[in-house]
Amino acid sequence: MTSLFKTTLIGAAAMAMTVSGSFASDLIITFDDLNPGPKAAFEAAVEKFKGENPDINVTVNINDREAHKTAIRNFLTADAPDVTTWYAGNRMRPFVDAGLFADVSDVWEANGFSETLASTKPSMTVDGKQYGVPYTYYQWGVYYRKDIFDKLGLSEPKTWDEFLAAMRTINDSGVKPLTIGTKFLWPAAGVFDYLNLRQNGYDFHNQLTAGEVKYTDPRVRETFARWKEMLDAGGWVDNHATMDWQEGMSLFIKGEAAMYVMGNFAVGSMRDGGLTDDQIDFFQFPVINPDIANAEEAPTDTWHMPTNAKNKENAKKWLAFVAREDVQTEWNKSMGQLPINSKSSVGDDKFLQEGFATLNAAAGIAQFYDRDAPAEMAKAGMEGFQEFMVKPDRLDAILERLDKVQERVYK
Amino acid sequence: MSEAPAQPGPAMAMRTVQHSWFHRNRIKLAPWLFLAPALIFFAIYVVIPIFQSIWISFYEWDGLYNADGSTRATWVGVQHYIDLMDDDRFMTSLKNNVLWLVLFMLAVPIGLGIALFLNQTVTGIRLYKSLFFFPFVISQVVVGLIFSWFYNPNFGVVGFVWEFFGATPPAILADEDLVTYGIIAAGLWPQIAYCMILYLTGLNNVSPDQIEAGRLDGAKGWKMLWHVILPQLWPATFLAIVVTVIGALRSFDMIAIMTQGGPYGSSNVLSYYMYETALSEYGYRYGYGSAIAVVLFAIMLIFISFFLWKMWRDEKGN
Repeated sequence: MTSLFKTTLIGAAAMAMTVSGSFASDLIITFDDLNPGPKAAFEAAVEKFKGENPDINVTVNINDREAHKTAIRNFLTADAPDVTTWYAGNRMRPFVDAGLFADVSDVWEANGFSETLASTKPSMTVDGKQYGVPYTYYQWGVYYRKDIFDKLGLSEPKTWDEFLAAMRTINDSGVKPLTIGTKFLWPAAGVFDYLNLRQNGYDFHNQLTAGEVKYTDPRVRETFARWKEMLDAGGWVDNHATMDWQEGMSLFIKGEAAMYVMGNFAVGSMRDGGLTDDQIDFFQFPVINPDIANAEEAPTDTWHMPTNAKNKENAKKWLAFVAREDVQTEWNKSMGQLPINSKSSVGDDKFLQEGFATLNAAAGIAQFYDRDAPAEMAKAGMEGFQEFMVKPDRLDAILERLDKVQERVYK
Repeated sequence: MSEAPAQPGPAMAMRTVQHSWFHRNRIKLAPWLFLAPALIFFAIYVVIPIFQSIWISFYEWDGLYNADGSTRATWVGVQHYIDLMDDDRFMTSLKNNVLWLVLFMLAVPIGLGIALFLNQTVTGIRLYKSLFFFPFVISQVVVGLIFSWFYNPNFGVVGFVWEFFGATPPAILADEDLVTYGIIAAGLWPQIAYCMILYLTGLNNVSPDQIEAGRLDGAKGWKMLWHVILPQLWPATFLAIVVTVIGALRSFDMIAIMTQGGPYGSSNVLSYYMYETALSEYGYRYGYGSAIAVVLFAIMLIFISFFLWKMWRDEKGN
């Protein structure tokens, strides 16, 4: 009797498997942000996807962002999900080179993404093929204390000379012009990128981060010369090498510094710190060379399909879904960032509105120094920027060291 | 049948003849059986990885496998070691490691001093003792954080002290000349407590007879300490030196928390530089990182050999 019971059970299980096998298929999604805002926005998108594709069994894994950076190196080979988040530019390049990210050019082709996602297409492309789709980015720029500017009778500087003049005025009033925290290096890279983009342009940025230009090149020296002018104008707060970006922010909130070259995520901390929208504002990094079109920094977060994905058809459905205009509109509204799809609309936050206008008008979208340059070069470069800000007279030694690193990294 | 073992007598003697090999050698085997789990784990997680590190250090490898699981590592021989000789960051790390080793040794005499001071019979001394234990109990990460704030020129205690005397406070953790000393000072705080605990234990075992005998011979103060007490504290001193050397060479947590090797690499040490090149976000050069690990291991090997030799000699002497 027990054996009869067993057979029935096994039969029923086998039946169940065939039934689910014939109707449903799987999709395993790995996402990398546990912060409440992005997590909720992602989960809402998954629900929407499930609603549209009732026949797909969706399994979701959400990792901590830092843990994800380590884990992805193993799971792409060992136990790949069907889709995973990552970053554009050179950050995805090692995985493309190792053949771990699959070519999804057909998804771009079929959905007309070359037009709607045009702004980030170059940073998703390796050798003419696309290896993922972008779903969100945010602008960088100069955030400033409007109340301090008003008190000193300053307006948003448009040119380099106006910018330097504003710095001197602010410095004379006893407030530091710019705050920054370089303990974790990357904020300095934002400053370098903007100086370099305005001085030498978007193509030069790409040549430099691709290792085609030496750091001792006179054009790079020009960029550092502008930086030196900022230092000479009393540009930065003291002791920035001991502070992370939030500690730098506290000086901004306390009114001890008037400006901050930062990404749009900084607005959240400013509001949390008690500043009202009347006290803070944003301007585009000023023009240095009027012959050069304005390119902007906008780090892009992306979705990719690993080569070892088991449900490739469903994965492509997901990629097409996340880049769709309505999905990107909702997703970014709830996350407080900018959609990449040019047909999407933006939340009514004034910074997002201004950022969207800026990015849509940009001559190029840079991914940020540490995502455009290979990791090892980025680390050495950012240490160099930090060193330059503290000891500007060591410029020659710094640039020569960077050349040495460059030679090894790109060989 | 089941009652048989409980019955003493000739039946028992008969059975011994049939005992298995295992049973006959159980006295010899027992320690190895108890050691086996530790030995197996020690082999898997310590000994074998050492050889794997040495092996990987001859390869250029970014830690990734191809999609089919095959390796992407390429053989470069001793190239990484040649590169190390020409690497400013590595040289800074090596120099800082030496600095750590030398200055960290201060923990031993300071720990002894505090232990001698606390080894008195006064009311409430237990409370003082436990207060001195405290830094050892606090996690290294917390110590690092506390000292980062402590050193902060804008709102730290150091800043206030400087300003009290009308001076501009130094940004210790942003100054390439001061930063390593600042971190070592922070690391010394719990290390001194550790050495103190070792010495307090040692002082408990100092024989009162010998002190008595020393007194009768007219020894007191420094002479008493040097000729009577310190020799008896030798085991504690040996242990204190061992843990301090190891602590100095594997200094990692403090640097990771306080500066991440900065400003611009000037507070780096080998263990953190190895982590940075091999495992951090900006690294993933497994081969190069392994080469650094091998160098660090070679340095440790010098001390390990010395300690093992010393222990062997002491045991033979006894």
